[in-house]
Amino acid sequence: MRRHNRDNILETIRMIDEECLDIRTITMGISLMDCADADIDKSCEKIYAKLMNKAKDLVSVARDISREFGIPIINQRISVTPISLLASVSGGDCVKYAKTLDQAGKELGVNFIGGYSALVQKGMTEGDRRLIESIPQALAETDIVCSSVNIGSTKAGINMDAVKIMGQVVKDCAEYTKDNHCFGAAKLVVFCNAVEDNPFMAGAFHGITEPDCVINVGVSGPGVVRNAVKEAGENASMDEIAEIIKKTAFKITRMGQLVGMEASKRLNVPFGIVDLSLAPTPAVGDSVAKILEEIGLEQCGGPGTTACLAMLNDAVKKGGVMASSNVGGLSGAFIPVSEDAGMIEAAEKGVLTIEKLEAMTAVCSVGLDMIIVPGDTTAATLSAIIADEAAIGMINNKTTACRLIPAIGMDEGDHLVFGGLLGEGPVMSLKKTDPSIMINRGGRMPSPIHSLKN
Amino acid sequence: MRAVISVVGKDRPGILAFVATQCADRNINIVDVTQKVLQDLFTMIMIVDIPEDLENFLIVADELEKAGEDQNLKIHVMHEDIFNSMHTI
Repeated sequence: MRRHNRDNILETIRMIDEECLDIRTITMGISLMDCADADIDKSCEKIYAKLMNKAKDLVSVARDISREFGIPIINQRISVTPISLLASVSGGDCVKYAKTLDQAGKELGVNFIGGYSALVQKGMTEGDRRLIESIPQALAETDIVCSSVNIGSTKAGINMDAVKIMGQVVKDCAEYTKDNHCFGAAKLVVFCNAVEDNPFMAGAFHGITEPDCVINVGVSGPGVVRNAVKEAGENASMDEIAEIIKKTAFKITRMGQLVGMEASKRLNVPFGIVDLSLAPTPAVGDSVAKILEEIGLEQCGGPGTTACLAMLNDAVKKGGVMASSNVGGLSGAFIPVSEDAGMIEAAEKGVLTIEKLEAMTAVCSVGLDMIIVPGDTTAATLSAIIADEAAIGMINNKTTACRLIPAIGMDEGDHLVFGGLLGEGPVMSLKKTDPSIMINRGGRMPSPIHSLKN
Repeated sequence: MRAVISVVGKDRPGILAFVATQCADRNINIVDVTQKVLQDLFTMIMIVDIPEDLENFLIVADELEKAGEDQNLKIHVMHEDIFNSMHTI
């Protein structure tokens, strides 16, 4: 028998009890390629049957594991093949697919189902175009369906026609759900370099290079990292802080690996990846901004923020890679504004601005996430922000994303509340200059020189 | 199934005896115990064997944690693999 160290045991318990350590999500990726049918109703029937079959035990197994190992597992989710592929085969009204996913997801008891998606970085098929056009209606008429559109990649460049359309789609998503906190826009992510095995919502979809069914796990734990940094005190040097974060990330990832393997065994589904992302929640102590402040910033968003975040993101990845040979997804630090108490506070004080956030996205694991902008922001401006963000991803060979929520009927200084994990936040200020000529050019931004690696 | 029972609470006589009795009543075999009192705080770690299947484990874990609450003790019952994976390379 292995002798357990008392301090280690108490450390684990403290992490879970006091520092909000949890498995953020167990996400089952399910391929729907074998559900494609020229008749959309038949296609939907097959999808429903496959989801109900593959994921029938997902929620109960997660509950058992959570209980047995004493680790909270917050969400169970499903990601599916980008629906645009099925829409290309079937034609018809894409919203039917969204409603099918919504119904199956609710009956299975999962809290989100992602994959109402299209990958159009180089161009659009008819199916892609129709799916994208249907997104606002689909998200307004369903509750748990999430959508994502990949409009750029380092390999393909940026599809500026799609960027133009997505500005309008984001705006319409908010408009269609204006009586429900503009919630539609919070379920839509516009990506550059989207990853195919991401377990986190709203951007999860099941890539076409993935197996038929797979279990991916997302772990979180900003509170644990913050506390570890705090314990190091003010005199620790930056490399010592990086080392502490790395060790903490190692432990968290090992827990994710254990839970993923266990879920995979019990569900008889191959294990995919652990995504170690410091994903904040609005809960006190579960904030990425507070880690940056613990490193030594008066407030997140001030000078020094980008540097601290770069170190944090890198150290998290290094610890994770050592802990599991299956690290994937986005793995790093998320910086969603409305979901992070520290970010909300910094944004409210005006220290954290959208321009600073843009710089931060160049060194964190995703992008401009859960940012509430004035309701009268034009579609062209939204498109231009999407283009800026995609350019950062394309040039730096990393995933970037935009999840912007135009708060319809609200302006700078107002406050929009989503509730739950999505949190709340102030409407942030945007420059009012007009980028419409640039956006109307359309076409494609060529891929950068460093994409030519062959 | 091997599990770790951790007990934290305000120190007083009889905590170890209480938890051990709870274990004995449920046919749980105690393999190892360490305990310490820091100022007023009692902490104890027990490594135990819980017989039979997962279902039994879940029931027993619930009962023990509940019994702890009634005595103002924070008791956690967790599968030992979680500690193995987090703290060993």
